[in-house]
Amino acid sequence: MAKTLFDKIWENHVVNTVEGGTAVLYIDRHFIHEVTSPQAFDGLGTRNIPVFRTGQTIATADHNVPTTNQHLPINEPLSKFQVDKLIENCANYGISLYGLGHPYQGIVHVIGPELGITQPGMTIVCGDSHTSTHGAFGCIAFGIGTSQVEQVLASQCLLQLKPKQMRINVEGTLNRGVTAKDIILYIISQLTASGGTGYFVEYAGSTIRNLSMEGRMTICNMSIEMGAKGGLIAPDEKTFEYIHGKKYAPKDADFEEAVNYWKTLPTDKDATFDVEFTFQASDIMPMVTYGTNPGMGIGIRQFIPQPTDPENRNSFDKSLAYMGLNAGDSLLGKEIQHVFIGSCTNSRMEDLRLVAAYVKGKQKAPHVTAMIVPGSKQVEAQVKSEGLDLIFKAAGFDFREPGCSACLGMNEDKIPASEYCVSTSNRNFEGRQGPGARTILASPLTAAAAAINGKIIDVSLD
Amino acid sequence: MEKFTLLESQAVPLPIEDIDTDQIIPARFLKATTREGFGDNLFRDWRFHPDGSPKADFILNNPVYQGAILVAGRNFGCGSSREHAAWAIADYGFKAVVSSFFADIFKGNALNNGLLPVTVSDEFLHHIFSAIEKNPAARMEINLENQTISISDTSEMTYFEMDPYKKICLLNGYDDIDFLLSQKDIISSFEKNRHFTFNPLT
Repeated sequence: MAKTLFDKIWENHVVNTVEGGTAVLYIDRHFIHEVTSPQAFDGLGTRNIPVFRTGQTIATADHNVPTTNQHLPINEPLSKFQVDKLIENCANYGISLYGLGHPYQGIVHVIGPELGITQPGMTIVCGDSHTSTHGAFGCIAFGIGTSQVEQVLASQCLLQLKPKQMRINVEGTLNRGVTAKDIILYIISQLTASGGTGYFVEYAGSTIRNLSMEGRMTICNMSIEMGAKGGLIAPDEKTFEYIHGKKYAPKDADFEEAVNYWKTLPTDKDATFDVEFTFQASDIMPMVTYGTNPGMGIGIRQFIPQPTDPENRNSFDKSLAYMGLNAGDSLLGKEIQHVFIGSCTNSRMEDLRLVAAYVKGKQKAPHVTAMIVPGSKQVEAQVKSEGLDLIFKAAGFDFREPGCSACLGMNEDKIPASEYCVSTSNRNFEGRQGPGARTILASPLTAAAAAINGKIIDVSLD
Repeated sequence: MEKFTLLESQAVPLPIEDIDTDQIIPARFLKATTREGFGDNLFRDWRFHPDGSPKADFILNNPVYQGAILVAGRNFGCGSSREHAAWAIADYGFKAVVSSFFADIFKGNALNNGLLPVTVSDEFLHHIFSAIEKNPAARMEINLENQTISISDTSEMTYFEMDPYKKICLLNGYDDIDFLLSQKDIISSFEKNRHFTFNPLT
């Protein structure tokens, strides 16, 4: 029977099946970080359970770390305690940690791929919903809760019901100024913030195939923002080339063997999906969000829609009131106060090179604060080796050290109440970037342009 | 984990859609390393002013609305995977959440903490909101064994879907760890017989 990419990986990981069809699913790679792991280790400790496979879990500190002066002790006592707890747990249980100060430290979904830990055909989990990022390599990757972190530590398995499957095709050539971020914001605006719930999504079509690995990661990263359990893209030559030579990639004959296996993974020609959508790249413009969930997005030249669903009216009005916007408004020319370029969605070299190319020789608007937070120490080092940090500095941008930063406002990188921030991150929820902060999600290019112009502009015309 | 069998209670209505886990518990309160105490900051920024004083118009600050059942608009618990959201709701005192649609990760997290997510139709959800609007003291009964929820005032009742494995867990207070540990031999044998193996990182 014809199988999908998802079917093939899933079937290779089913250890056992229990009551009602729930699978005991084997997990190849488990990433942990300081915020969603301490209670899991506590659980192991209470029951005196060892970590079952220490070599398959890898840790970093990213969510709750400062993005300046990382060589100094963390100032904030609760954050310091949480990061220290991770160090202690990893030492006690024999888990590798790329913590603060390590040349491999960074946002968990940036370091996995750049170290070659993420490979096609794997199952990958992490106590973070953006684990879907790793699906760009053709693996089943999804976010889990802390109880499940504990389960994976204890057994290297999870109990999972097989989700339904959706395929989203994007076909054709992208318009000027349109990036991977615009593609995924467009898809979510079409399918809504809950349109993917219950599904695992395969992204396909010529537009997706033509994206770089980093662009594909941006797409898969935001699968959760339409509620999908995860998203994945068939591995191809680009995938193999990206992995080749990375620290944890298979070497020599092992690499050849792996590639031969990876080539068997793509969805069979006759395989079917529970639901399928096709979008045309030519319909996608640079995107911005206007509301308080990632489904509330419009093309830059469109107007904020009128509420259509009477049942949803309260939520829609509440959302626009929070944002200080009205139905029928355009965001073009909207003055903004902050720009945040970073997060597991858009903090890789391709993003930062794009920003550098745009801001080179320009100056940010005087009333704007512009922050760039690289995804990892390796990205930071590469930025410096290419001299991009000097371009950022000359343009008035603050280039910082790696972490999740203002994407979730857990450390001190927060946006003040009622001020607008054009952000390359993934969530525009109320208060996400700080209490009262108003987030407008966009691509790194649109964000860079907003910083320079002090307002939102159409980068397709720039 | 605490057993869940039958729950008869008043309910607190929150008729807002797409309530994300950042609203349930904002990230700045995720610095704790234990599971306890998150209820104090449940719906923090909807419930309190920046100075910490309660917002009078928020439902949890209205003593008329009480009970162990939270009733919310569709797509409840979307966004971040933080289990702290389920811990906060349970720590506050809720035993069940009723909505017409739950985000996947939240649903799993709730079930792993003995907090029952009850999915009803949009229509039935509307009936619950109407019943509470008419009578804030209206009571609901959730019967896990029969997979039913009913509104006492109107005698309306509906069935809800439930994963059979998770149902057994909740009725008996089992958690997944116990079961997974019992599978260790099968897991080890699976590891040895895999068609393609990924080497450990060390």
